Amino acid sequence: MSESAMAQSATAEPVIQLTDVNKWYGDFQALRDINLSVDRGERVVVCGPSGSGKSTMIRCINRLEEHQRGTIVVDGIELTDNLKNIEAIRSEVGMVFQSFNLFPHLRVVDNLTLAPMWVRKMPKKEAEDLAMQYLERVQIPEQAYKFPGQLSGGQQQRVAIARALCMQPKIMLFDEPTSALDPEMIKEVLDVMVELAESGMTMIVVTHEMGFAKTVADKMVFMDDAEIVEVATPEIFFENPENDRTKLFLSQILTH
Amino acid sequence: MVDSVAPLPGQKPAADPAATKKTITPPPIEKIGVLRWLKENLFNSPFNTVLTIIMLFLLADWIPSFLQWGVFDAVWYTADHNVCRQADGACWAVVGEKHRPMLFGVYPYDEHWRLVVALIVYMITITLTLTPRCWSLKILVPLWIVGGGTVALMLWGGVLGLTYVDSSQWGGLPLTMVLFTGTVVLGFPVSILFALGRRSHLPAIKAICVTLIESMRGVPLITILFVAVNVFPLFLPEGLEIDKLFRVIVGMAIFFACYQAEVIRGGLQAIPRGQYEAAEALGLGYWQHTIKIILPQALRICLPGIVNHIIAALKNTSFVLIIGLFDILTATTAVMQDPLWRMFFVEAYLFVAVVYFIFCFALSKYSQKVEGWLNEGRRF
Repeated sequence: MSESAMAQSATAEPVIQLTDVNKWYGDFQALRDINLSVDRGERVVVCGPSGSGKSTMIRCINRLEEHQRGTIVVDGIELTDNLKNIEAIRSEVGMVFQSFNLFPHLRVVDNLTLAPMWVRKMPKKEAEDLAMQYLERVQIPEQAYKFPGQLSGGQQQRVAIARALCMQPKIMLFDEPTSALDPEMIKEVLDVMVELAESGMTMIVVTHEMGFAKTVADKMVFMDDAEIVEVATPEIFFENPENDRTKLFLSQILTH
Repeated sequence: MVDSVAPLPGQKPAADPAATKKTITPPPIEKIGVLRWLKENLFNSPFNTVLTIIMLFLLADWIPSFLQWGVFDAVWYTADHNVCRQADGACWAVVGEKHRPMLFGVYPYDEHWRLVVALIVYMITITLTLTPRCWSLKILVPLWIVGGGTVALMLWGGVLGLTYVDSSQWGGLPLTMVLFTGTVVLGFPVSILFALGRRSHLPAIKAICVTLIESMRGVPLITILFVAVNVFPLFLPEGLEIDKLFRVIVGMAIFFACYQAEVIRGGLQAIPRGQYEAAEALGLGYWQHTIKIILPQALRICLPGIVNHIIAALKNTSFVLIIGLFDILTATTAVMQDPLWRMFFVEAYLFVAVVYFIFCFALSKYSQKVEGWLNEGRRF
């Protein structure tokens, strides 16, 4: 692959490259000719009305959804049906879900150590040290020995972030991480994400938190009706968007 | 941090002394006396009041007459059947008189002590296996080797000066236990594979599992036992013989597995899609996420159904009647052919019923305990 050769050659090369990606659910087209490149260390915020394909796009990046046309290259590996490639990419790409998806039958610490121990074959002691380190980073080490069901939504989502970080991923995907949270818990999750962004993590975040977007985004992506309508820096995106659909969307969500 | 003035969420409780000073008001204590309980549970509506009164009348009628028959007029101990015939009450002496052939079937009479040892070792092995404190392979594997080895040695013999007893002569309670344990131990792992196979994305595996499950569920257990005992040997090459008891156990295990697979599939279907996605997003492979994430949750959900089928499997062992094996029930039927004692079959069968009840009740109590353990830390 020429892309993979390029990805390894220079520092500012894209770590994620989507080229003409298309996807359908039956007859319904969910993604239309998506082109997007994300550099190492870049923070991309994706927004747009519901049903516009934001979640589908980032779920294609770790192949929770399969695209049907076009190419997706992540960290020099093209996503195909090859299971080995998919698992290799998934262990490099962390994902945080809207509904947390913690494993309810495992304690917090076991949620965190599971993948390092089974996928990375890390010894138990080492994995637990790593887990505690990340729980401290998301500021809930005291919850380590509880079950997810005993935690608040905000705490659960921070555990989910720590769980993804325990695999020491190169890229983090966030699929509406605060949409299922009560308002007073949104901030504690966003704080963790801002701290993560400041540490230089490559991030793609689907969110409606425009304050967060202004703070951390290097690049804003606006999607509507299965396609990328506009890509811009936050300054241009919020002050002076080009596209009418972007203007309409921003006027709707910023008035609240 | 966006806002460094705000306290860190994790430190809030410790940094806030007001929270510790707050007086805790206990919930009001409900007065629950006997009268109140009666009113709430037995007389809480006109319909229930009528039901309660009818039941009280029936119990008042039955309990004294049962006690009269089963306790006060009963003959507890005699070797003479004529004593029983002259008494008005139950003849529990039949159990004392016939317990050995009932419990041990046609197993050689002088070797019955071996079955007692086997049953004791079996009960100890099962009890330890079901105790959480023993749940590590370091304990369980040696336990099963020693326990299973001792039971096999006692039943078969043939070494260490013990006479060899062919499996066709096994009978009674030990046979019931061998059939039951074999069925569950062989059948349960297979049922999990069937349940997973039926949900597989690979068409061939799915088709095989669906066909097997549906065809096995479509025929009675008796048919399967008949095929295992009488038809299956016809397909074996000349000279090759597989132990009849083993064939019966395999047949029962497959039958058990097919029903159990559908129960487990119900549990698998209850797992939200997000659990699979989270496991996949972490890079866990199929077997890793199935074993670590999906199955523990699915089995927990369908535990009542699983135990239901295990209890049914215990009672299904009595079907071996039709293929000439003498489990505890068949052995009792055979013993009760004795013309001297035949008229006391009710007492004998009541005794067998109590034996079945003890095992089934223990199983169901144990499953309630397991559900309790699994719910720990999740009542929030």
